[in-house]
Amino acid sequence: MAMKKYKKVLLLGSGALKIGEAGEFDYSGSQALKALKEENIETILINPNIATVQTSEGVADRVYFYPVTPFFVEKVIAKERPDAILLAFGGQTALNCGVALYQNGVLDKYKVKVLGTQVKAIMDTEDRELFIERLDEIGVQTIKSHAVETMEDARAAALELGYPVIIRSAYALGGLGSGFCDNEEELNRLAEKSFSFSPQILVEKSLKGWKEIEFECVNDKSGNSIIVCSMENFDPLGIHTGESIVVAPTQTLTQHEVQKLEEITIRIARHVGIVGECNIQFAFDPQSEEYRVIEVNARLSRSSALASKATGYPLAFVACKLGLGYNLYELTNSITKTTTNFFEPSVDYVVAKIPRWDLSKFHGVDREIGSSMKSVGEVMSIGRSFEEVIQKGIRMIGQGMHGFVENKSVKFADLDKALKEPTDKRLFAISQAFQEGYSIDRVWELTKIDKWFLNRLMGIYKVSQELHKVKGIDKLPEDLLRKAKKMGFSDFQISRALGLEKVQGSQAGLLAVRALRKKLGILPYVKQIDTLGGEYQAKANYLYLTYNGCAHDIEFFDDKKSIIVIGSGAYRIGSSVEFDWCGVQALNTIRKEGYRNIMINCNPETVSTDYDVTDRLFFDELTFERVMDVIELENPYGVIVSTGGQIPNNLAMKLDAQNVPILGTSAKDIDNAEDREKFSAMLDRIGVDQPEWSELTSMKEIGKFIDRVGFPVLVRPSYVLSGAAMNVCSNQNELERFLQLAADVSKEHPVVVSRFIENAKEVEMDAVAKDGEIIAYAISEHIEFAGVHSGDATIQFPPQKLYVETVKRIKRISRQIAKELHISGPFNIQYLARENDIKVIECNLRASRSFPFVSKVLKINLIEIATKIMLGIPVSAPEKSLFDIDYVGIKASQFSFNRLQKADPVLGVDMASTGEVGCLGDDQRYAILESMLSVGHRIPKKNILLSTGTAKQKAAMLDAAKMLQEHGYNIYATGGTSKYLAENGIQNTRVFWPSEEGQKPQALDMLHGKQIDMVVNIPKDLTQHELTNGYKIRRAAIDLNIPLITNARLASSFINAFCTVDIDDIPIKSWDGFK
Amino acid sequence: MTVSLILADGTCFKGESFGFQQPVSGELVFNTAMTGYPELLTDPASRGQLLVMTYPVIGNYGIQPIEADEMGLPTNAESFQAQARALIVSDYSDFYSHWNAKESLEEWMKREKVAGICGIDTRELTKHIRQHGSMTAKIMFEGKNKPEEYSYTNMLPEVSCKEPVTYNEGASRKVVLVDCGAKAGMIRCLVNEDLEVVRVPWNYDYSKMEFDGLVISDGPGNPSYCSEVVTKLQKFMAKSGKPVLGVGMGCLLLGLAGGMDTYKLKFGHHTHNQPVRLEGTDRCFITTQNHNYAIREQSVVGQWKVYLKNLNDGSVEGIYNTRNPWVGVMFHSESDSIPTDTEFIYSDFISKL
Repeated sequence: MAMKKYKKVLLLGSGALKIGEAGEFDYSGSQALKALKEENIETILINPNIATVQTSEGVADRVYFYPVTPFFVEKVIAKERPDAILLAFGGQTALNCGVALYQNGVLDKYKVKVLGTQVKAIMDTEDRELFIERLDEIGVQTIKSHAVETMEDARAAALELGYPVIIRSAYALGGLGSGFCDNEEELNRLAEKSFSFSPQILVEKSLKGWKEIEFECVNDKSGNSIIVCSMENFDPLGIHTGESIVVAPTQTLTQHEVQKLEEITIRIARHVGIVGECNIQFAFDPQSEEYRVIEVNARLSRSSALASKATGYPLAFVACKLGLGYNLYELTNSITKTTTNFFEPSVDYVVAKIPRWDLSKFHGVDREIGSSMKSVGEVMSIGRSFEEVIQKGIRMIGQGMHGFVENKSVKFADLDKALKEPTDKRLFAISQAFQEGYSIDRVWELTKIDKWFLNRLMGIYKVSQELHKVKGIDKLPEDLLRKAKKMGFSDFQISRALGLEKVQGSQAGLLAVRALRKKLGILPYVKQIDTLGGEYQAKANYLYLTYNGCAHDIEFFDDKKSIIVIGSGAYRIGSSVEFDWCGVQALNTIRKEGYRNIMINCNPETVSTDYDVTDRLFFDELTFERVMDVIELENPYGVIVSTGGQIPNNLAMKLDAQNVPILGTSAKDIDNAEDREKFSAMLDRIGVDQPEWSELTSMKEIGKFIDRVGFPVLVRPSYVLSGAAMNVCSNQNELERFLQLAADVSKEHPVVVSRFIENAKEVEMDAVAKDGEIIAYAISEHIEFAGVHSGDATIQFPPQKLYVETVKRIKRISRQIAKELHISGPFNIQYLARENDIKVIECNLRASRSFPFVSKVLKINLIEIATKIMLGIPVSAPEKSLFDIDYVGIKASQFSFNRLQKADPVLGVDMASTGEVGCLGDDQRYAILESMLSVGHRIPKKNILLSTGTAKQKAAMLDAAKMLQEHGYNIYATGGTSKYLAENGIQNTRVFWPSEEGQKPQALDMLHGKQIDMVVNIPKDLTQHELTNGYKIRRAAIDLNIPLITNARLASSFINAFCTVDIDDIPIKSWDGFK
Repeated sequence: MTVSLILADGTCFKGESFGFQQPVSGELVFNTAMTGYPELLTDPASRGQLLVMTYPVIGNYGIQPIEADEMGLPTNAESFQAQARALIVSDYSDFYSHWNAKESLEEWMKREKVAGICGIDTRELTKHIRQHGSMTAKIMFEGKNKPEEYSYTNMLPEVSCKEPVTYNEGASRKVVLVDCGAKAGMIRCLVNEDLEVVRVPWNYDYSKMEFDGLVISDGPGNPSYCSEVVTKLQKFMAKSGKPVLGVGMGCLLLGLAGGMDTYKLKFGHHTHNQPVRLEGTDRCFITTQNHNYAIREQSVVGQWKVYLKNLNDGSVEGIYNTRNPWVGVMFHSESDSIPTDTEFIYSDFISKL
């Protein structure tokens, strides 16, 4: 059958990573672009997320780093004139943008055809009322709900349905602005917030306690349908699927139940008109076969990325091909290579997805998990028993937990509450409950987690009890050891249960267990994921390890031609898609240079875990134990630990101790940079300045140190990434409070206090060296002054306002450090610069977060150079340098405070952003505007609320305020700011703080009344008092979806840009258009 | 208790016993379905099998009550009793959680005298069967006698009804169902189409009966051992142009009656996910199958045509006669009262009655 041929297709990306919309769309977009490329179709991509793999060279034909908004997308369409567009691969952002372009006639005007599922069908699934209507037509049960547009109607609906009810907003990603209400008071609060995100909200009867079941369905144009994956949430309904542990395939449903839901899934997909992929979520009564359809996602989703990785079925790739007009049977199964893509995967293993939260990074955040998503990343664990999978998964999330048991106790004072009102720590509440003798029935009553799962967890607990009874490793029965390993116990857990850890230390303890295991031949086996449960021979290179087996599926080459790259694990604040980009670049380079590339990683949202980019993919833990298992089996030429962020970096010393060949900078030198004392001594030795610091051993010593340098001080432990447990303390009180927390974080490495230098510029050096000599480098400059974490700061590259002398000095110091640490590979140094006074803050002998940004702006792939160096391949210094660039790149941060109820949206030394964008402009102001609009800011229409902090900050904002006035903006300001502005001749209206009761107008009232278009709220200092003072204003701005800026320098830059540039005048240029 | 699974080629796997503790031999067959162990164990087509589940965790939802419904057909199962001889799994879950479950899988297996082994690397075992073809095997208990050697025989007498049974008597149209091991789901499906179904034993002489169409059910084993069914069918087809529908084994028997050859597939089709395509169209279906044999494509000649083909291995999945309303398919078009895309097989058949 003849298919329409497309010449040029536009794909919309999802922009910056945010809670609810993360790396999964880099994976799905990359797959779609690959599918188009295979068809020789020219591809255009709009995505400002510069750290993604899809925006790398060679993936799309042309990349536009612009906001995925109707305004910019129309401009790109007008310029490129594509004949078709893909909306399903960029999450809710792309979908919403596509719907807008359809509704405002742009797609028609430019004759752009939507591939795959049509916009009409998308709208049917997104608008709740239409959705229920459509499903009613085919007799499918939905949750009885009332769509309302006013508060009164919301209250009336809730009364009719009876509390508890759930509220959701239409057209919102990841359950934004949704939640449960037990009474009218809660309803009033939540509904108001939901209305700020969406004009329509839904009030529904709550089905708390039901099971949540999901299916991924693929449908082609001929109506051929398959179910790719079934998934069961470990957590009951009421906890967002993004917050739930999700197990695939379903565990507690009978064949009849599964088939019943599958049939409904297919009926819906066909009726709605899906061509491609869709995800359908069900609520399922645990006491009957009653069901309700919760929602239909007519696009690739987080669940579909998970389903792809869980089954090996490339959903995004296939969905794209179906959009082009293929039938499923016309596409070849990419794993077996002999069968077609019209098949339903059969898995012969168990998969669990576990979310990763970073709630401890936020001040005042609500830790309860519920119907709105808060997790920032996830891992996927594969094994052949539920126990193995859950324990592996708990370790994979990388938050210091060793499994279900044998953790340093997280003690819940009110255990029943911790079970009943689940938080990110609920698994450990269950663990504690078993220890305290709770029965499975009791835990079930409190949690409503299916007893089958609870029973399996109980099994783990019982084995740990058996281990505890063993007196010493020499008395450990072989059977018990084997059983423990089959249940996913790590060597460390066993060592701790046996009491070895206490006697020998953690590393020696686990090595003793490992040695015993090897002696007894208790080893993990490598199994393939082959999509068909072993029914057909597969050349699958997609692998996992399990103790529930007796043979390997693959053979090992042992020819010293393999290189292992250690991945970056779960996305978290401080380590996300940028390290995936680094990993993928390393993998590509290894392959290009004729070696076999092997990846170890456990994050289903990544491109590095796409089995297409690797010769072998071990989808497994990044623990010392598992990495050693793989190394011992593969016996590689070398291991790369410098492209995956802090996780592999931290393994360097331990691997080195086992004589693992680490490529690039030696483990000893990595340690010399990581260990603060060693690093500092080295800086002293080579005469490089650093902020004064002291190692913390007693409060008395600290007191003396602070007497000398004065507050504020920066307190941090060694081996940190994203400033975990790092904080600025402004007074004695804060210092004492914080030190207790910090000391708990890491006992193996000492805590350091250093002087905090205010009003200093922060400068980053990203570079690659060979044998201590710098080959390529990029120097970039923060817009904010030091004090904002480098991961949250807005960064410009090349630097715009650095003295030539400063740059010179930074180069010189960097050269000295590279030489001293014998660096071979990527590294990053952070500097403070005040005038030409340069101090080193931090040095990491690995790729940093900004590597993809500077590589793409510079158009020199720093990781490719670094990888070649690590492989010992000759490289020459690139001819181009940052001084040759005539345009600017701005990297701006994306925050997800709107998801984190009650969290204070203020920035500090602890990182809070969940993602970033990078935009280019011939003029710095263009790039600022593009990047700020990309991370959710809007150009204000009329009214701006200012409260601008200290005298210095007020002064810094004065020019910007003047500019606002000149451009006709109405300025509203709180007390001090209002007075200051007036004194300087700037007209403004005073508004009152919440504490200034009774006086009008109240700032909060104006926010709630939607009278303010932008809030600039700068805390005076970082004292607790000051932080709580503006909290209500900041939080209200976030909750009401009003753009908020909390930094004077960033606010000034943004105001300057939108006052002096009309966005219509910004030239639209593709990445390769910037020369 | 440690038990051994010894394959005909001498390969040995060791595991733990669960279920009924008795040495047993049978044909080793793997099934890649991720749910449905009660249905598979009671499927007459599983007769004589040592059933290996490739999905590792089995037993989670226990066993739902297997009782006679108002028609006298078993609930929650394909027949009233266990048909497979043994169940081989990686991780048996004795604890079960389901609102309608009344006993654990092991309790049921003990009562039904089904042996079980857990702790087996079922993936490795499956790969072995895939590479070396399906074969017989035995389960040995330490200190217990060897089981009798398994021999391939005609198993239809074991699974077929003994006397004719009529369902939905008095409906306007009537079909005779030759019970070679009919699944409950299939009978239910025919009744739901408002047919009177007369279920007759496999070797019953239906030539003198009055009816509108003939259905040959699925069943276990090698079709070439069932010449009695084939001969009767040939006689019927020689005299009557009435619709005939063969399902699974029934399709193979129809093929033999139509002069075609059958052959043993290397390891059979035992899954819920066999993809088939309607020849000459873009229509594809995911089907449930449980058999070891197929019709040789080259032998589909003359009045007979290939109706459907398997998308994985290209084998014949359905045949039809160009002159008479005779159709055979290798899969079940029904799924326990849940509609499926292949219902047209039944409706086409019924429309010709």
